[in-house]
Amino acid sequence: MIQSGGAPQISRVGAGFDDLAGAHLTRGRMLAIVSALAALTAAAALIATAFGSVHISLERALFDPASPDHVIFVAARLPRVMMGIAVGAVLASVGAALQALVRNPLAEGGILGISGGSAFGAILALVFASRIGAGQSVVPIFAFAAALLSTLAVYRIAQVDGQLEPFTLLLVGVIFNAFWGAAIMLVNSVVNLYYAHTILFWLMGSLEAPTWREVAVVSGLGAAGFAVLMSKARDLNLLSLGDETAAELGVEINALRRNIFIATSLMIGAAVSVSGIISFVGLIVPHVLRLAFGSDHRLLLPASLLGGAAFMVLADLAARVVIAPAEIPVGAITALCGGPFFIYMLRRQDRGALSL
Amino acid sequence: MNSAPANPAAVRADQIHAGYAAADVLRGISLSVEPGQVFAIVGPNGSGKSTLLRVLAGSMRRRGGTVEICGRPLESYDRRALAKVVASVAQENQVAFRFTVLELVLMGRAPHLGAFRFESHADLEIAREALAHFDLLEFAHRHVEELSGGERKRVFLARALAQQPRVVMLDEPTAFLDLRHVAGIFARFRELAAERAMAVIATLHDLNAAATYADRVMLLKDGVAVATGTPVEVLTEENLRRVYELEVYVGRNPSTGALAILPSGRPPARA
Repeated sequence: MIQSGGAPQISRVGAGFDDLAGAHLTRGRMLAIVSALAALTAAAALIATAFGSVHISLERALFDPASPDHVIFVAARLPRVMMGIAVGAVLASVGAALQALVRNPLAEGGILGISGGSAFGAILALVFASRIGAGQSVVPIFAFAAALLSTLAVYRIAQVDGQLEPFTLLLVGVIFNAFWGAAIMLVNSVVNLYYAHTILFWLMGSLEAPTWREVAVVSGLGAAGFAVLMSKARDLNLLSLGDETAAELGVEINALRRNIFIATSLMIGAAVSVSGIISFVGLIVPHVLRLAFGSDHRLLLPASLLGGAAFMVLADLAARVVIAPAEIPVGAITALCGGPFFIYMLRRQDRGALSL
Repeated sequence: MNSAPANPAAVRADQIHAGYAAADVLRGISLSVEPGQVFAIVGPNGSGKSTLLRVLAGSMRRRGGTVEICGRPLESYDRRALAKVVASVAQENQVAFRFTVLELVLMGRAPHLGAFRFESHADLEIAREALAHFDLLEFAHRHVEELSGGERKRVFLARALAQQPRVVMLDEPTAFLDLRHVAGIFARFRELAAERAMAVIATLHDLNAAATYADRVMLLKDGVAVATGTPVEVLTEENLRRVYELEVYVGRNPSTGALAILPSGRPPARA
């Protein structure tokens, strides 16, 4: 039986909770923070839509369907910004969930080599599935399956005596990344030049020239995966206490792990199939948000979703304009920010920030 | 210590066998703990104390025997249902991310709440009460990672209390605590056990703590219960000599009349 909630609680003699205010997450606090981040994301999206390598007039873009401004706006900039929102949201919220699952703030799809595995799956689908007549639609499926296999492999291999060792986990990620990079280059060298650019695109991570269909795929799969993560937010909090304690607090550990594996793989597969390997977004965004708002995943997950969207849109804006008219792959931008950030976190971890 | 037959034992175990891989750690343990009782499991290192606790809490599979919690077989509970009845505090506790003391104690409410439900005023009241029981109210805003080992231990005990369990299982609850907090925590658990008809099962290294605070004591050696009963019945010089292979003096604390146990000789030389 649920003992709390339900019937209105008649408060005891003036029992206020002022003394506890701010020490835990309330619905009001959550709404305020989520609204603020949503506004921030909207602002970032507006800025990113307004600016680009070519100057356009928003007025003409919106009200003059015959103008080139309109064409650039609808066919190029808008889908690209939408794609940035979807991919950033997916990568950052997956990062937060994976960190909770492995109890390691340095975990992230890119760092653990899951994105690399997923990209390899996507490339295999692209290069070989077309030969057997399967269309492009198999690409996300392969990306998902490969992401799931990579996740399971990383998780299994990093376990020492039933415990996930934080540094072993990261080392396994390093090795997986090297391995998948090599596997992708191998495919690259046996296929014809036609695919070479696409493969490079996957390796570097880019939001270049998305179609509305791709935006729909990553948004839809991302939303489905995120719904699963949100439904497990409280269980992810409990997981911070270790598997056994979480189980003693009512969490079905194996079922939880299975659900998170599948949901995060689905999301990573969706993101990778449209944008390649974009690393570190899932590391930086949840870390900053955790410092700012605490570790409760009921807030951290939606906050990462929005924060990741804003971060990615702005990173992609930088990718488009810094050396315009040429472009930097956005994956290079995030890695340039993320590398030093990772090292900073690793050093902090030495001082015990990780294990307790 | 007889209870009315209508009241089932809080925990009843019959002929438990359990172990790791090829090793048998528990060999035919039976026990019964009534609501409101404080039950101590004592014995040397490796005697199976923690294993017994984990089996009773449903965290470790047993190879044989039965366990009943509040009159129902352990297996008839799912994880959540069990968490509403049994709260456990491990010997060592980790927290992977930064949580405040209040957030951690509120985690004890999780088995009572749905996935999306925010903690109600009733939950906050329960958490506050649990904090107050362990002198933690002024720590509510602090991050758990900033606390000392002893303070952190109290946070986890408060979390267990916030579960509002019928049975609390504590693995070496006072391992990192100073004398004053050891006394305080046992006094608190004795009160709570009586007040809420809550059973408390604790593994203890400290024989004097067991003698002073437990209603009943089980003395384990090599996975077998050498004796079970009141401290006076179990913690005899004869029993302790057999189990610890050490000459032991058992006297009385002149001011309280509780047993006082001291080593009185060197361990026998081994061949």
